[in-house]
Amino acid sequence: MTTTVAVADAPAPAPAPGAGAGTAGARPVPVARILRFELVKQFSAWRVRLLIGLCWLGPGLLVFAIDQQSTLPSDTLFGRWMHATGWAGPLVVLGVAGSWALPLVTSMVAGDVFSSEDRLGTWRHLLIAVRSHRRIFAAKAIASLTVIGLLVAGLAVSSVFGGLLAEGNQPLVGLDGHLLSGGDAAGNVLLAWVCVLAPTLALAGLGLLGSVALGRSPMGLLLPMLAALGMQVAQLLPLPVPVRLALPGYAFISWNGLFADPRQLGPLLIGVGVSLVWAVVATALAYLLFLRRDFTNLNNDGAGRRVLTLGVLPLVGVLAATVGVFSVTTGAGGSGIDQAKVQQSVATAFAHLYRFQQAQMRRPPVTEAQLQTSAACDKSEGLGAQAGPGNDWRCTVSWNVPGYNATAQAIYQLDVSANGRYTADGDGPVEVNGYFLIVSGGKPVPNPLWQFDGNVDLLPG
Amino acid sequence: METPVAVRGRGITKVFGDVVALDHIDVSMTQGQIHGLVGPNGAGKTTLLGLLLGLAVADEGSLEILGTPVGRAPAAPDGVSGFVDGPGLYPTLTAKQNLATLVALRPADAPATGIEEALEQVGLADVADAKVRGFSLGMRQRLGLAAALLTKPRLLVLDEPSNGLDPVGKKHVHAVLSRLAAEGVTVVMSSHRMDDLEALCSEVTILTTGRVVFSGPVSKLSDDNRELDYRLRTSDPSAARAVAAAAPGVSVIDGHDALARPDTDVIVVRARVAAMDGLVARMVRDDIAVRELAPVVSPLEAAFLALTEQETDR
Repeated sequence: MTTTVAVADAPAPAPAPGAGAGTAGARPVPVARILRFELVKQFSAWRVRLLIGLCWLGPGLLVFAIDQQSTLPSDTLFGRWMHATGWAGPLVVLGVAGSWALPLVTSMVAGDVFSSEDRLGTWRHLLIAVRSHRRIFAAKAIASLTVIGLLVAGLAVSSVFGGLLAEGNQPLVGLDGHLLSGGDAAGNVLLAWVCVLAPTLALAGLGLLGSVALGRSPMGLLLPMLAALGMQVAQLLPLPVPVRLALPGYAFISWNGLFADPRQLGPLLIGVGVSLVWAVVATALAYLLFLRRDFTNLNNDGAGRRVLTLGVLPLVGVLAATVGVFSVTTGAGGSGIDQAKVQQSVATAFAHLYRFQQAQMRRPPVTEAQLQTSAACDKSEGLGAQAGPGNDWRCTVSWNVPGYNATAQAIYQLDVSANGRYTADGDGPVEVNGYFLIVSGGKPVPNPLWQFDGNVDLLPG
Repeated sequence: METPVAVRGRGITKVFGDVVALDHIDVSMTQGQIHGLVGPNGAGKTTLLGLLLGLAVADEGSLEILGTPVGRAPAAPDGVSGFVDGPGLYPTLTAKQNLATLVALRPADAPATGIEEALEQVGLADVADAKVRGFSLGMRQRLGLAAALLTKPRLLVLDEPSNGLDPVGKKHVHAVLSRLAAEGVTVVMSSHRMDDLEALCSEVTILTTGRVVFSGPVSKLSDDNRELDYRLRTSDPSAARAVAAAAPGVSVIDGHDALARPDTDVIVVRARVAAMDGLVARMVRDDIAVRELAPVVSPLEAAFLALTEQETDR
């Protein structure tokens, strides 16, 4: 039964007394105002305040504290140089941040910026107030990027201050053993931090996508962390170079190339470019999903089958397309690590570090031309393919001993990672690359030729 | 003279997947009235309120709000404010900050009520600087109302605004809504509290399973020629029982749920309105003082139960 006592229909009503026409204003709210609102919300959350405190104080304190220890984190890139210069500290922090801190930061900020409204049940309230899905998305995306930028800046500034406070503005030994002056090191450190903004933005894009697509589900919050973890695992695997380059997390590693001479800019630029593509695509997908979401059904938080079709498949497509592009354009294939590259890299690093060692020991300066360093490397004692990562590389470095017209040799065991980084461990003779201390600048420091880090450019020469 | 309408909907249909939330409903809501929306859970009340707030658009039918046809894209209509599924508040902000952020989202030239004034109206001025995290449900409801008031709406849409309200809060909310209606603002509110709706609403729409089973003035529900149960407290219960038993069209109900609490002064009778008028006249004639006379179940609730049960039985 339908009993309807109809009220007589009538044309448009007059505005209520005192209410005025255009109560809510027909013009959309400017993005700047929504952004301010979003920032107020972000900064009122204890979680964000805690992150800000940790990012702006933690790295500085950590670097300073580590520097006071006698044992340095030599398994972390530049960790072995923390007693030598204040610029090693921010690079150690950068390496760790790329693995943990930056994915965590993007998860907790970008991964929560939309889903927090689902948890609080404030979507409808916000939509009624703002009246524009597009502007809400823009403001939320910009707000989360602003907070992430603030946190990344905190990590960088804090670690630089901690390092400089502990060791000062001393020259930094680069990845191939060459010496960067304090000023050059500062510029490169700054540039490295700027470069990792790109993969951070890619993770932030994934965070926005997860936050929109998965609603209240904790998976949305965890998406950047899981993606970063997955990419780290992938970088440890012996993947073909095009696949490695096509992963948006590669720029978390490829900043290493800034500290070689000449700089290995190819992988860095590719890493940054891929990251930015992922950032744009993931953010665009999040935007599309957000615009299509139905906010009337409270039980529908946006998660569903659409996530797969609109969220995941396009990113898989981007990955496949970039792998294809890099396979064709770079000519890179396989692991990118071969005998010639390893030999060249080890010889270069040894020559640089030999000069550095001589200077530390106050011996007459020598030039690389005088040294004429070369390296002969083999893998698995020459058995099998002489290419690829592994800890079974062995190099014999030869050089002319200045003033003696004689050739000397030193042996290194190499542990080469799939991403091209390697650690060379001196295996004799002891007086060249064994462990002994050198008093430099009034402090005893380990022989720089004993163990050193290097990097093989994965792209063809 | 035609009565101006604030909301006019014709053939509105809204479907979520396989669920028909609204099934070709017609609604008209008079300007300057408080319009109640009643229905069992899942009847489509929140969906209808969501359409009024511009959170979604109907799949079929036409909807005109404050004289403006609603388009096909979700957008909050001009002059409409309110909340569905509880007010949207940010627990990490204070009450004042919650409202201030809303004010900041409004165009500078838009009419607005002051924050302090809005808080004063809903009785939350004393806790303006307290974080919403510590607010009770009733306080949140009142703050949600204050947020809606900030925009000086011409159509105020409220979903269960009485939830969790204590008597003081209820008094504040009722006063605000009554004043707004007196000023010409149309208020649409859903509630399961029939006493609230009867106290406030001049019109009501009863929904069940996405269909309108009644829409019109509340008085039309109580005018219906339907028998109701009444609680009757008199100075002489046994004499009153005898008079009621003898009165035409009146029957005495023993063992009614309303008498579960021992109260020898009260009897429950079942009658139509006209028969009750006759019963009261007889008692007065017999020197029996009538101290309390009220329906056990309000006319609105009785109509609601009758109409929704009929619809369910179909």
